[in-house]
Amino acid sequence: MSAYPGQEGLRAPLKVARGNGASGTGVPHWWVQRVTAVALIPLSIWFLFLVGGLLHATYPEVLASIAQPVHAILLIVLSVCLFWHGALGLQVVIEDYVHTRWLELTLQIALRFGASLAALACVMAVLSVWLTGTGYY
Amino acid sequence: MPNTRPLSPHLGIYRWRVNMLQSTLHRLTGLFLSLGALLVAWSLIAAATSGTAWDVFAGFCGSWIGMILLFLWTWSLLFHLCNGCYHLLHDMGRDFGPPRRDRTHAPVYWKTGVGVIAASIVLTVLVWIILLVRIGGGAA
Repeated sequence: MSAYPGQEGLRAPLKVARGNGASGTGVPHWWVQRVTAVALIPLSIWFLFLVGGLLHATYPEVLASIAQPVHAILLIVLSVCLFWHGALGLQVVIEDYVHTRWLELTLQIALRFGASLAALACVMAVLSVWLTGTGYY
Repeated sequence: MPNTRPLSPHLGIYRWRVNMLQSTLHRLTGLFLSLGALLVAWSLIAAATSGTAWDVFAGFCGSWIGMILLFLWTWSLLFHLCNGCYHLLHDMGRDFGPPRRDRTHAPVYWKTGVGVIAASIVLTVLVWIILLVRIGGGAA
């Protein structure tokens, strides 16, 4: 028997290592995380000011604020960057701490579905307020 | 097949440095801000749904638990922002040269690390002083 799992006889462990090593991907993950981070610097500061300005706003005032074209576009960009950046970060956290394969896979898929769904819902909500002025109805 | 092979010495062998706290806080605030992102989604969906849905959301934000969470979210955002900017400077190669890591002097990242944490706290207090003044002004 060999000391290495998967090694039979004189075959080198490299035989089973093929395809299990460096994935050959990951650079886009790194870059998208940085690009969304850079985008989120001004967006999150702007968002703090937006929220601060809406502290005592009534519901119609909130709708009017979201429906301003500049606010609507920035909210859409913010939503996409926010959930993309968050999903990339949570992906690494799951990779680091969840070592049960089926659970890790389930969480990774749920994360992608959840983040996409949330970002899409935000975009649709802003668009509906912006374009109809009254929300979904 | 369970991995029974020995592990190399891990976190316990290192002397405590402020960048360990930064690294841990960056990840923890990132996790917490992911929940905050869901609050943003809730607010936009509530605004698009109806006045009643918005009132439920606004009621949550105005409650004590909501205020405490919003305060923690503010600090999390500002820390993640300050530390993230510092991360981006690191990505450009700042503070990595040999003289910067000289142990006989205090490496530059000790001071900047404390500075980043201090800045996030000062900014959070500043934001909430402004917010509370506005809340007080609006209620009066």
